[in-house]
Amino acid sequence: MSISDWFKAREARRYTTINGERAAGSEVPDGVWSTCSACKRIVYEGQLVEYLRVCPHCGHHFDLNAFERIGLLADPESFDEFDAGVGSTDPLGFVAAKPYTESLESARERSGLTEGVVVGRATVGGHPVVLGAMDFRFIGASMGSAVGEKIARAFELALDERRAVVLCTASGGARMQEGMLSLMQMAKTSATVRRLAEARLPYISVLTNPTMGGVTASFAVVADVVLAEPGALVGFAGPRVIEQTIKQHLPKGFQSSEFLLEHGMVDEVVPRGQLTARVTTLLDYLARGGERA
Amino acid sequence: MTRRYVMEFERPLVELEAKLEELQRLDLTANPELVAEVATVAEEIEALRESTYADLSAWDRVQISRHPDRPKAQDYLAAVFTDVVELHGDRAYGDDEAIVAALATVDGHRVAVLGHRKGKNTRENIARNFGMPHPEGFRKAMRIMRLANKFGLPLVTLIDTPGAFPGIEAEERGQAWAIAESLALLSGLRVPVVAVGIGEGGSGGALAIGFGDRLIMLENAYYSVISPEACASILHKDAGKASEVATCLAMTAADLAGLGIVDEIISEPSGGAHRQPEEVFGAVRERVSSALTALAGADPNELVRSRYERLRSIGVIEEGSG
Ligand SMILES: [Zn+2]
Repeated sequence: MSISDWFKAREARRYTTINGERAAGSEVPDGVWSTCSACKRIVYEGQLVEYLRVCPHCGHHFDLNAFERIGLLADPESFDEFDAGVGSTDPLGFVAAKPYTESLESARERSGLTEGVVVGRATVGGHPVVLGAMDFRFIGASMGSAVGEKIARAFELALDERRAVVLCTASGGARMQEGMLSLMQMAKTSATVRRLAEARLPYISVLTNPTMGGVTASFAVVADVVLAEPGALVGFAGPRVIEQTIKQHLPKGFQSSEFLLEHGMVDEVVPRGQLTARVTTLLDYLARGGERA
Repeated sequence: MTRRYVMEFERPLVELEAKLEELQRLDLTANPELVAEVATVAEEIEALRESTYADLSAWDRVQISRHPDRPKAQDYLAAVFTDVVELHGDRAYGDDEAIVAALATVDGHRVAVLGHRKGKNTRENIARNFGMPHPEGFRKAMRIMRLANKFGLPLVTLIDTPGAFPGIEAEERGQAWAIAESLALLSGLRVPVVAVGIGEGGSGGALAIGFGDRLIMLENAYYSVISPEACASILHKDAGKASEVATCLAMTAADLAGLGIVDEIISEPSGGAHRQPEEVFGAVRERVSSALTALAGADPNELVRSRYERLRSIGVIEEGSG
C-alpha cells in the first residue's frame, strides 16, 4: 500500500462529512473539509491526504497520530508492532479532579491505543530499524511507567538485534499521575539511549508538535541526529509557565522548530513530504558508514 | 528578637508560644492567679508541639523542605566535608551559581560533590537564582561528572532545587538538552554515585544530578515529578489544592522508600533539620560514608550494570495482549 493510499484509507474511516454522515468506503468523499488552524482557510480532505496533512495554502503541518507517523516513515507493510498491550496502571491510586484510572480508560476508548507510544520493528528505506511514534491523543502522550517501559524495550530490542532507532516524539511531558515513577522514566529511557550509543547504533529522533517537558529532557533530544517538523512547539518548560515566571509575553515563534535550529538545538527542520527520504539518507550514512555508496 | 519564619502548620503553636512569652514578661508577683495560667499554657505548648511535629502531612514536609533556615548544600560542604576545593564554570558559557561543584573529602573518602545551591538571603538567592539552574549549571555538573569518572572519584550529589529554571534564556540555551545529556551521562559513570535529597527535589532539574547507586533522603525532603502547586493548578485549576495534591503525588521520603526509589531515610530533629543542623550533618556524614565504603572497590562494569538494572526496574505496568 502506498503512503497516500494508506492515508486515504485511514482518513476515510476517521472523518465525517459536512452533513454529519460517517464516510464509507475507501474513497475520500467530496465535501469533507477542515479549517487550517494557522491560516484559517478551508482545506478539503482530499487535498490534506495528498499533501500528507500539510496545509496546501500555508504549509502548516497538522498533527498526526502514531499510526499516521508510522505509515509515513515505514516501508510498505514492514511495520510489526511489539508490546502493544503494555499499559500503565494506577500505582499511586491517584485522584485529582478525577481518578487517573478514568483518564486511562477514556484515553484507551478514544484512541484505540493502550498507551501513548507505538513501537515496532520496521524497515525505513530498506534499513532495519525499531520505529516508534508517540500519540498525543493519549493523555498528551505523557510519559508514565508504560511509555517509559516501551521506549526502554525499544532501545533494548534495537541493541539485541543491531537495529537503528527512529522515534517521532510528541508529548506534554511526564505523566504527573504516576508521581516519581514517571519522573524516573526520564533517567531510565536516557540510560537505554546511552547503551545504544555505546554499541554505535544510530538513533534519529523527529521532534513533532508538541514535544515538551520530561520527554524533551530525556530520550527525545539525545539522538545522533535530531530533526524537527516545521512549526513544532518543542521545549522544556511550557510557554505559560515561562510567562508566569518571568512576567512577560514570549516573542513570536519562541520554542518553535525554527527557533531551535537558530539556537543550535536541532540539526534540520524537515518538511513532512521530505522526511522519509531524509531519514533514509541519514541511515545510509550512519548505518553503513564504512561502505562505498 | 529577630522575626522567626513561621510555617503554616506550626502557626497555632507559634501563637501560643508568643502568648506565653507575653505572660512571662509580666510581673507575676503582683498577679499570683496568673502563675497557674502560665503553667497551663506551658503545658499546652508541650502537648501542641508534640502533636504539631508528629504525623506531618506531605504538605507540611514540603514547607519544612523550603524553610529559609534549612541547611543548604554549602552548609553541608562546610560541615560534612573537609579539604573542599570548589570548581567553577561549564567552559562554554558561564558559571551557574545555582549548582555548586567541588572536590572534597568525607570521612576519609575523596570524592567529587555536586549540589543545587540556594541562598540564605535575598542577595544570595538572586545570585543563585533560588537554586534553579540554567543549562550551563547542568553542563558544569557534567564537566565534574566526567572529571570524577576520569580520575576514579566517587560522586556525591546534594539535591535541593525547586526545579530547572523556566525562562527564555534557559530555553534558548537548551535546558531540555542539558538535562537529558546529564541523565545519560550520570547513568553510565564508572564510579560510585551517592545521591542525597536534602531539601527540595523538583522534577527534571533535580533528577539531572539526582540518582545513582544509592538514593538517601532526609525525612522532610521531597522529590517529585511536579510541584504540588503546579499539579493542583493543572488538574484542579486551583493552586490552593496543593496540600491535597502533595499527598496524592507520593513525594515524601517515606512514600518513595515504599515505592523502592529511595534506599535510606535520615530522620530529622523534631520540627526539621534547621532546628539542630549539627545532628543532621553528623547523620549525613555517617550515611554517605558508609554508602561509599559499601560501594568502594566495586568493578566499574558491575556498577554501571547494577545502576542500569536499578533504573530499569522502576515503573508499574501491566502486560496486556494488545
Ligand atoms: Zn493553512
